[in-house]
Amino acid sequence: MSETATPAIEGWFTTDPPALTGSRCASCATVFFPPVPVEGAFCRNPGCDGEDFETTALSRRGTVWSYTDAQYQPPPPYRPPGDPFEPFALAAVELPEGLVVLGQVALGYGVADLRVGAEAELVVETLYADDSGERTIWRWKPVVEMGQETEQ
Amino acid sequence: MTAILGVGMHPWGKWGRSFVSYGVHAARAALADAGVPWGDVDLVVGGETVRNGYGGYVAGATFAQALGWNGARVATAYAACATGAQALDTARARIMAGLAEVALVVGADTTPKGFLAPNAGERWDDPDWLRFRLLGMTNPAYFAMYARRRMDLYGATQEDFAQVKVKNARHGLANPNARYRREVSVADVLGSAVVSDPLHLLDICATSDGAAAVVIAGDEYVRRLGVSDPVRIRAISTVTPTFPNTVLDMPLLSTDSSSAVPGTARTFKESIAHAAYEEAGIGPEDVSLAEVYDLSTALELDWMEDLALCRRGEAESLLRAGETALGGRIPVNPSGGLACFGEAVPAQALAQVCEVTWQLRGQAEGRQVDGARIGITANQGLFGHGSSVLLSR
Repeated sequence: MSETATPAIEGWFTTDPPALTGSRCASCATVFFPPVPVEGAFCRNPGCDGEDFETTALSRRGTVWSYTDAQYQPPPPYRPPGDPFEPFALAAVELPEGLVVLGQVALGYGVADLRVGAEAELVVETLYADDSGERTIWRWKPVVEMGQETEQ
Repeated sequence: MTAILGVGMHPWGKWGRSFVSYGVHAARAALADAGVPWGDVDLVVGGETVRNGYGGYVAGATFAQALGWNGARVATAYAACATGAQALDTARARIMAGLAEVALVVGADTTPKGFLAPNAGERWDDPDWLRFRLLGMTNPAYFAMYARRRMDLYGATQEDFAQVKVKNARHGLANPNARYRREVSVADVLGSAVVSDPLHLLDICATSDGAAAVVIAGDEYVRRLGVSDPVRIRAISTVTPTFPNTVLDMPLLSTDSSSAVPGTARTFKESIAHAAYEEAGIGPEDVSLAEVYDLSTALELDWMEDLALCRRGEAESLLRAGETALGGRIPVNPSGGLACFGEAVPAQALAQVCEVTWQLRGQAEGRQVDGARIGITANQGLFGHGSSVLLSR
């Protein structure tokens, strides 16, 4: 990633350290991702009428809820990083905060490296490049401890 | 109890004709099946189509005008894939309230080819737009994640998923309204290209043109018409999720969090079916057949469990034992399902009702479930929609 890389979407994650940015309701402490809008947000807990939220960095590690890949280029507004299309993997990861978050899988990893229940951690990589430069996104990277073999 | 007097469909296929022409065809077929003159209909409820301009947004009125304005009241419903059931629910409620005598419910669509993609323009506050821009997360990718869980948690195999297609293809052979009517083998499915691991092309339903219509009425009109023993609507469930919804649902990028409010006893899909069983006072053990939303083969297996037709994780066992095929204990998708139809969003839930109606009347030639007395449908639509309709005779 170059020095001029900027997030493909503002306010949803930090790069250093790589972490998702959630919102926590100041009244009931329920956590939300994606983060709620700065203005006019309402708590979606039906038992809470809170309208004040704090941003909170979500846990960087979680367990894989499920995974798949894209063997065909998705339609617009998806922007491929290059040409020709390269298949990529996707994972849904359950975080200790009690929610499951989708993300692409880190470059170099595919479905063979994943398993429901396995550990994954957040990284930030380039999604595509446009006029303003490289645009980054969060991705899930399988956690492989030293000495462990990934299953085929 | 509201009765179904008539059902009708336009065959599913891909011709690119106006959705109105398909809808009128289905409506006239349903009225003829019911023996009800168009002039008697005092409520028309349409299922909206979102890809056909303004006329599609006001589908109820569009169909009413096409059939010839008769002064009927009108309503239009949209609930994504549950649209047809929500339209039926609207009509049924007015009949039960005594505010309408005979209602015609119609859904029809004409659909573009390929991946279902959002409308043009940038929408940074729309999850259905962001899931493509930020993740490249298509509909099949969601279906594939649900399928993968079945494999890693319950030992399901790609062969199991292929067998769902084989079964449904066989069912659809005898369905004149089905788009695809030919035998499919496990090898055919597994030999088709992988779209999103572990799902192959033939695991995933197509998108189609199609239309379905239902004519319903209250006891008074049924008596006047001299109809004895019609199919009756025992329940329609169109519940929304209960917070926190902790199962990842299309097209969202994440789930609710159970950090502060604990997870619910039932998942959203289980709650859809549960509400229908509760309203009807019927249990899953009483069900003769089920029409479920097989957007993918693996999803049919999830639905069986969501409908409590078997315990979580057991659906493959029933499939392998032939229980969900015609002749088995609990046939699922005797119509051939989305596997044989493809999806026509506003019409699909009504198509499910048409099939169950034919089954309960003993009119499902070539694909009849023996002794069918109680049938249930189930589907789920984007953004918190879902439906289950319970019919009996």
